[in-house]
Amino acid sequence: MDSALIPKGLKRCPFPQFALWIGAWSFIMLWAAIAAVIAWAYGLNTTNLNDYFGFGAWITADLAIIALGAGAFFTGFMRYVLGIDEFKNILNYAVIIGFICYSSALAILALDIGQPLRGWFIFWHANVHSMLTEVAFCISCYFTVLAIEYIPIILENRQLDKVPTLHAFSHNLHHIMAVFAATGAFLSFFHQGSLGGVAGVLFGRPFAFRVHASIWPTTFFLFIFSAIACGPCFTILVTRLTEAITRKKLVARNVILKLATVSGWLLVGYLSVKMLDTLYWAAVTLPKMGVNFFDMYPQAPFNLWILIAELGICGAIPAAILITKKTRENEFLLILAAILNCTGICINRYVMTVQALALPVMPFDKFYNYVPNWIEWITSLAPFAFMAILLSLSYRYLPIFPQEKELNP
Amino acid sequence: MKEEHKEGVQGHEGGAHGHGEKYKFGMVIDLDKCTGCGSCMVACMTENNVPYKKNETNKLDSITWMRVFKATNGKPYPDTDICYFPRPCMHCEGEHGHAPCVSVCPATATDYNYETGIVSQIYTRCFGCRYCMAACPYHARYFNWWDPVWPDDTKESLSPDVSPRMRGVVEKCSFCFHRFQGARDKAYAEGRREITENEYQTACTQACPAGAIVFGDLNNPEHKVHELKQSPHAFRLLERLGTNPKVYYHSTRSWVRRAGDNYLTNERSK
Repeated sequence: MDSALIPKGLKRCPFPQFALWIGAWSFIMLWAAIAAVIAWAYGLNTTNLNDYFGFGAWITADLAIIALGAGAFFTGFMRYVLGIDEFKNILNYAVIIGFICYSSALAILALDIGQPLRGWFIFWHANVHSMLTEVAFCISCYFTVLAIEYIPIILENRQLDKVPTLHAFSHNLHHIMAVFAATGAFLSFFHQGSLGGVAGVLFGRPFAFRVHASIWPTTFFLFIFSAIACGPCFTILVTRLTEAITRKKLVARNVILKLATVSGWLLVGYLSVKMLDTLYWAAVTLPKMGVNFFDMYPQAPFNLWILIAELGICGAIPAAILITKKTRENEFLLILAAILNCTGICINRYVMTVQALALPVMPFDKFYNYVPNWIEWITSLAPFAFMAILLSLSYRYLPIFPQEKELNP
Repeated sequence: MKEEHKEGVQGHEGGAHGHGEKYKFGMVIDLDKCTGCGSCMVACMTENNVPYKKNETNKLDSITWMRVFKATNGKPYPDTDICYFPRPCMHCEGEHGHAPCVSVCPATATDYNYETGIVSQIYTRCFGCRYCMAACPYHARYFNWWDPVWPDDTKESLSPDVSPRMRGVVEKCSFCFHRFQGARDKAYAEGRREITENEYQTACTQACPAGAIVFGDLNNPEHKVHELKQSPHAFRLLERLGTNPKVYYHSTRSWVRRAGDNYLTNERSK
């Protein structure tokens, strides 16, 4: 039925099966769309957010999916700027994953603000002192770059490629893609960092506040580091999941292993710096504010276990697996490490958002907890449905894996 | 006299920051006098057209620009002691006017006024990101989770001097800024360039039956707050964070002063 659109020489499942698959995910998207309409129409009182938790599931989801999407810019950086050629085999997919993550983040942000129609005020009345302003500018610019990077991939579709103008346009875009990759990397370093800065500058919140190195708090650098440490693992996970679903080899094992090695060593680097930062925060920053380290982990779910889970179970363990050749080459352990790595970063983004707000700062204030409601849950999880749909469409109609033919003779 | 005062201000505080502060309005709240009656909260809500819900059970989404917190010394009877902390917006100065909320607002919807020291909130510019709420350790900022709805028979009593806020924006105590504007207009109309202490007082100050709240220009030696803030029993909430608030508290009870900030277990309080 749609065979004319499928890349030549590649096998895809029958259209009805594909339609059913897309339909199932669309149902979740529809559910999320209903939730979004309710939130927009009736206001944020339809969520479980409140004056103590102005930030909640949505900001956590935003920070997390942006970190997970870091595979896009970092793979581009390694391919075009550092010249590691193998990564060309996974770059297309990383770019599409990044595009999905960033577009989802923007959509969630549009939900999270109380006056969505005034969203452009962040540019018009920009406060240069605000980290959120930096985030808005960088995220918008980088999303544009990702869209530009996605265009030549779309134009490689069999039918679109037949149009001479589009073919020429796509060809020329490919030639200058290194410029966009470098621009994207530059923008991404800044916006991953500024997202970290959003928490780190809160000098009224001891849990979030960090000492400044240069003009930025240390979280600026930690967020960049953690994003590039986990982004490649998320790309590996999605690629492996795609291979499992399509029952095909799509990316050569050496590419995946190389990406895993890079991710592992970056994770080691990140954890080392994070440990130092945590020690300084516990020994110097917090006592100056009159609080001690253990005050920051008073009760479940914000007790010491969340720190152990973030830095130990989901930090040190995957780092050890990924940097050790023997364990990295074990498929089960590789996937486990990638899952743990991504989970660790999600925990980090969660604590820097929700735990930072949950801990009372005034000694006579109370501790409150927050649990998102269904509107927040479904819209926060919708990016996965969006990812399933857009990746499926891209996989079906675009030649995104250069090694697919070679690996599936 | 005022010129001398202005020079003094600029030389002492405003000048040091490069900003010529004319006034620095602030409060001193005597916690030993506060009975926790809540009159200040009621007066504030009425004065500033603060909306309320049909059901106010859940205080986590209620708007109370002035909120009275209760603290106890944690001791069992008969040594139990309690204290009420009325908490308006602290109008933090931070460092050079970079209050926790002002520096983070991405749309410049909250601003530090160097002429008055008041932290403003521009409702028509706020787009409701709530970053300022996350930044404020005092929980002095409130989000309009709902559109404001007043029962028909109460609409006539709304203040024409304060604009009501729409759903989806943040609001907070303004130190009754409209009263400052009114007092200033009156002074100009009468050919005066300065306002007197009594001409500009906040609603909560006037409503407090115990006279616990004193309001005025912290820089002006002629104003009561100038003297009161220098008491050895005066302190500010969470001073150690560097928020540099303009609301001072006063208590002769040492545990109350200690309750105003965080201290390590064996650390001596102020």
